[in-house]
Amino acid sequence: MANKNFVVGCFDDEAVLFPAVKKVRMAGYKIHDVYTPYAVHGLDHALGLRETSLHTAGFIYGITGTATALGGIGWILSWDWPLNFGGKPHFALPAWIPITFELTVLFASIGMVLTFCYLCQMAPFVKKHQFHSRATDDAFVMVVEPTPKTNLEDLKAFLSANGATEIEVQEAEAGWWLGTYDKQQKLVRDKGIEVA
Amino acid sequence: MHLKYESQLREPLVNGDKNYHQVTEDICRPIEVRPTKLWYIGFFISVALLLFGVYSVYREVTYGIGQWNLNRTVGWGWDITNFVWWIGIGHAGTLISAILLLFRQGWRTGVNRAAEAMTIFAVICAGQFPLWHMGRVWMAFFVFPYPNTRGPLWINFNSPLLWDVFAISTYFTVSLLFWYTGLLPDFGTIRDRAKTKLRKKLYGIVSFGWSGSTKHWQRHESLALVLAGLSTPLVLSVHTIVSFDFATSVVPGWHTTIFPPYFVAGAIFSGFAMVQSLMVILRKVFNLQDYITLGHIEAMNKVIVLTGSIVGCAYLTELFMGWYSQNKYEQYAFFYTRANLFSPYGWSYWGMMTCNVISPQIFWFRKLRRNLYVTFFMSVVVNIGMWFERFVIIVTSLFRDYLPSSWPVYYSPTIFEMGFYLGSFGLFFTCFFLFAKYFPVIAIAEIKHVLKTSGENYKEKVGDIEKEPVEEFAHQYAH
Repeated sequence: MANKNFVVGCFDDEAVLFPAVKKVRMAGYKIHDVYTPYAVHGLDHALGLRETSLHTAGFIYGITGTATALGGIGWILSWDWPLNFGGKPHFALPAWIPITFELTVLFASIGMVLTFCYLCQMAPFVKKHQFHSRATDDAFVMVVEPTPKTNLEDLKAFLSANGATEIEVQEAEAGWWLGTYDKQQKLVRDKGIEVA
Repeated sequence: MHLKYESQLREPLVNGDKNYHQVTEDICRPIEVRPTKLWYIGFFISVALLLFGVYSVYREVTYGIGQWNLNRTVGWGWDITNFVWWIGIGHAGTLISAILLLFRQGWRTGVNRAAEAMTIFAVICAGQFPLWHMGRVWMAFFVFPYPNTRGPLWINFNSPLLWDVFAISTYFTVSLLFWYTGLLPDFGTIRDRAKTKLRKKLYGIVSFGWSGSTKHWQRHESLALVLAGLSTPLVLSVHTIVSFDFATSVVPGWHTTIFPPYFVAGAIFSGFAMVQSLMVILRKVFNLQDYITLGHIEAMNKVIVLTGSIVGCAYLTELFMGWYSQNKYEQYAFFYTRANLFSPYGWSYWGMMTCNVISPQIFWFRKLRRNLYVTFFMSVVVNIGMWFERFVIIVTSLFRDYLPSSWPVYYSPTIFEMGFYLGSFGLFFTCFFLFAKYFPVIAIAEIKHVLKTSGENYKEKVGDIEKEPVEEFAHQYAH
């Protein structure tokens, strides 16, 4: 994906941010993303993001773990090599519950964390374009994606009127997952911008 | 606009006049300055202990388990005592990070990061004991089920010792994942503040490119909640399974159904004591009194007095059942060897009773709960008591077998058995010192999340709101 211009507005308080988000969206601008130092509850709804289905993925991984444990132990102890433990049944379900439970939890956790990293495109050595270095400290950074027809000065004035303190235009790669690959699978390195 | 309302009557979780930037500054400062002399002294003492532990283990591996004083009936001595003790300590971290998250206890944010780190290091220490106890440690991979050339002869999935393998390794992995995902945003914060290139690079790698995007936060919250939901039964299962190691065997004093809840309560009890020991020092050394407040210390002392009393009830129930069963062997275990002060190991039972049941009762008094010296002293006492508990369970039940001819000589550890234990302390504190230097010891993002509802300077503003009529308040703040 090609590089695009973005209008970046910095907010100092979530109390200012929420009405601003609402007004920017009402005015018809497209909010690319809002970067916040902590999880601001309700901001995803305000931005109109859909609920994450990460927990559904977790459930599927958990069920996989359950099936793996029961299937694996059942096959091993009652089919592949049935051993006689003190005359007890080969299919000893109650004794397998602890390991079944542990594997359910293990599969669900590992699967969810990997899915989380995949969805967010996060991994060691991944660098993403950062719109503002204070976004992980105390600034709420709203990034608006203008269309070719948008008057950038108008947009900047609009953000300013809604409480943004620092406003600037930045060039960055477009698309939801910033800073990795483009459509032709070529790595994009934007040298002009300081990346962290 | 407050997204969440909290009464002014609740004690603030963050003291002082703080804003988001100050929170970042306060918590990142210890990472960004040179460590103090005290840090170096503590670190080198820990490394020295660790080296002694390494030497003890080297002796044990080279010359065999004979380096320890284990004998015909006392096959599990200090080694398994220490294993259960460390695993128990780990439980408090998960309780704070997972169970208190589900219960929406705001005070967990001040202590969860360090407590989870403690969990991970404690589980690493615990894992060493059964591992090296195997003797031929190079065969340790036999505990994992994989298609092998020995038949394939599989492991026994019906054995509690194997359940332990799965429980401990799952517990370690899940705790690590939970802890690390929580660290990602904070590593991002440190990366963005970094002054040197190397620091920026290293924290950039470990932060996985965290940006703080709303969508990422949404997924992060969902992940944290589900991991907490998974960790909650997990932490209960781990010590339950550890207790099965004992409860499923037919040994007097072990063969009881009360063990799972009794072990879990004991684990949380000892774990909170260890958290207290660490926090009392940490908040002082790193000047974090505003984040780990007396309110936090008091809340943890309340958990200690609760779980200590549960453990006390369990001890008494055991004694009652020993008598009520009218089983000669049970009665011998409980009334001759344990509760009898003049039996060979009677001192350990009464040491346990004093440290675990009687002494924590002083925490019914608010003044003592909020006294740092008393808290620190009690945290050490409780951990000694909980070590005695495991020693009592293991040694007093084992040292007199059904056959009087197998009653061994008095079991006491060798220097290398003790050295292994000291070495585990070395390992634990070496890890903890490194953690305290290079990791944010308090969850920065989570503190920021509660700051505006529970911070002291924001609470003051709530005072005026509380005078408003309810209808007006609801109109303004309910959503």
